[in-house]
Amino acid sequence: MSLGEIAYRANLMRYDIVDMIGEAGSGHPGGSLSSADIVATLYLSGVMDFDPANLQSPARDRFILSKGHAAPVLYAAFVQLGIIERDEIFTLRKLHSRLQGHPDCKKLPGVEVSTGSLGQGLSIAAGLAAGLAIDAGEGKAPTVFALLGDGETQEGQVWEAAMFANQRKLSNLVAIIDYNDLQIDGHCEDVVGVAPMSQRWEAFGWKVFEIDGHSVEQIRDALVQAKEHSEGPALIVAKTVKGKGVSFMEDQAGWHGKAPDAEKRAAALAEIEQLVAQSKSEMEAGNGR
Amino acid sequence: MAGKATRAAYGETLIELVEEGVNVVAVDADLSGSTTTAKLGKAYPERFFQVGIAEQNMIDVAAGLALSGRIAFTGSFAVFGTGRVYDQIRNTVCYSKLNVKIAPTHSGVSVGADGGSHQMVEDISLMRTLPNMRVLVPSDYNSAKAAIRLAASIEGPFYIRLGRSSVPEVYESPEGFEVGKAHVLREGGDVTIVACGSEVDEAIRAAEALAAKGISAEVIDAFSIKPLDSDTILASAGKTGAVITAEEHSIYGGLGSAVAELLAERLPTPMKRIGVQDTFGTSGTPAELFAEFEIDAEAIARAAEMLVASK
Repeated sequence: MSLGEIAYRANLMRYDIVDMIGEAGSGHPGGSLSSADIVATLYLSGVMDFDPANLQSPARDRFILSKGHAAPVLYAAFVQLGIIERDEIFTLRKLHSRLQGHPDCKKLPGVEVSTGSLGQGLSIAAGLAAGLAIDAGEGKAPTVFALLGDGETQEGQVWEAAMFANQRKLSNLVAIIDYNDLQIDGHCEDVVGVAPMSQRWEAFGWKVFEIDGHSVEQIRDALVQAKEHSEGPALIVAKTVKGKGVSFMEDQAGWHGKAPDAEKRAAALAEIEQLVAQSKSEMEAGNGR
Repeated sequence: MAGKATRAAYGETLIELVEEGVNVVAVDADLSGSTTTAKLGKAYPERFFQVGIAEQNMIDVAAGLALSGRIAFTGSFAVFGTGRVYDQIRNTVCYSKLNVKIAPTHSGVSVGADGGSHQMVEDISLMRTLPNMRVLVPSDYNSAKAAIRLAASIEGPFYIRLGRSSVPEVYESPEGFEVGKAHVLREGGDVTIVACGSEVDEAIRAAEALAAKGISAEVIDAFSIKPLDSDTILASAGKTGAVITAEEHSIYGGLGSAVAELLAERLPTPMKRIGVQDTFGTSGTPAELFAEFEIDAEAIARAAEMLVASK
């Protein structure tokens, strides 16, 4: 898929994210919108060896959404992948829905593991990567990707996992941090600072890539390099804007875990429609490559 | 008869399983010598994962290993291996229903001299409330082997409660154990003593002391706390009309609570729970602590005598 089409589909995902959270009446738009380009590029660029028609393939690359509250971005990606029908997004957070408030692997195929309690996804990914690496022997092991929030790195367990992954030189482990610099109570640096992010991870022995988390080209290139990095675990620090794509949600902590009301939902969708139209024309013009 | 500690079965049984072709691995947190999983690591390095002093990571690395198709056992001491990592066990292992077996050692007050910080008497309670979790409490080396083998052979989360100190042999072999099956070790008509873990031997000795006083006690090793063998316990309670529970655990939330819940709903029966009261442990030898906390054979026999007298 072309980068232009990925950017276009990331905006379609933004539309679905706002629409499903608006319909649900609760949920987490800010961090879902900030990570839309990352998740879209991961699943659609071909970097991830993944066949939506064969979700249990042993050779598949895995994706673990450690910041489980961004479940809508995963469900929106699943719409693009054809794993779920678009209509199903309107069951989000409702009784008996497969689309739980936080991803539930027992209910929804394609979810590798249930998440929601922050700080755990990297450990799970590390254990999975270690197992897959042993199984692969001298061959190329499947890669395990994990997406973490920036505030999530305040969880001590993240650093337990960081040490473990470096100790075992898990080169088939790639973590991505959605660095939007906001958490529920405000800017990360005002809550408990997470900077300097890259230097911290480098000190823990990780190969670090810093990118613009809204440039699908930079995301794609970093994912390729991180996946190819063969000396140990790799981290992509993706600088993002919380609420990206909806002007009144951008860089606002208040939109971390709040659904738009009917009026705000319509206003947000109208803005995203323009983004969709713009990225569509860029895609068709080939500007997005 | 003098026996080995239940933890002694841990590393040994995992090695046997590897050699039988079972895809087991162990994850430990800098206590592999004490838990005995170091033996596995020495024999089969690719089956052992050292995480250092990082118990949260231990549980979730095991979860990841389970996702890679392995049967993952976790170690550490019970206080760190269940309490400190309750959220990892709840939200990852049980919520995702992964093939992870929580099997830390050093449960209960028989840890001894290390004191209350290291004597876990709330673990059965914590693990028993978790959906998808099954809880086995072996009483000796052979039943510990059986518990580890059962957990390895059945998909999904298990908690296996292992201890540090040597315990007398109760079973001659690891055969005949099932999840959800208790064992009637001694038949009697006046009072039922349902015990688990190290308290099984105390219960047997209590029954012997009671016999000398003309009281006939039935002794049941619960073994499987969840699911509980309701049929065996109800049948015995119906026969004797008096039930004592005995466990090296808090009286809250453990075997005593499980039996009380069962009897209250199905067959209200006078009962008394023997266990650690609402308190932390303290330094001492295991024998001293069993006397101090009134969970030894003498305490069981006293309670049984009083319960029978009140019938």
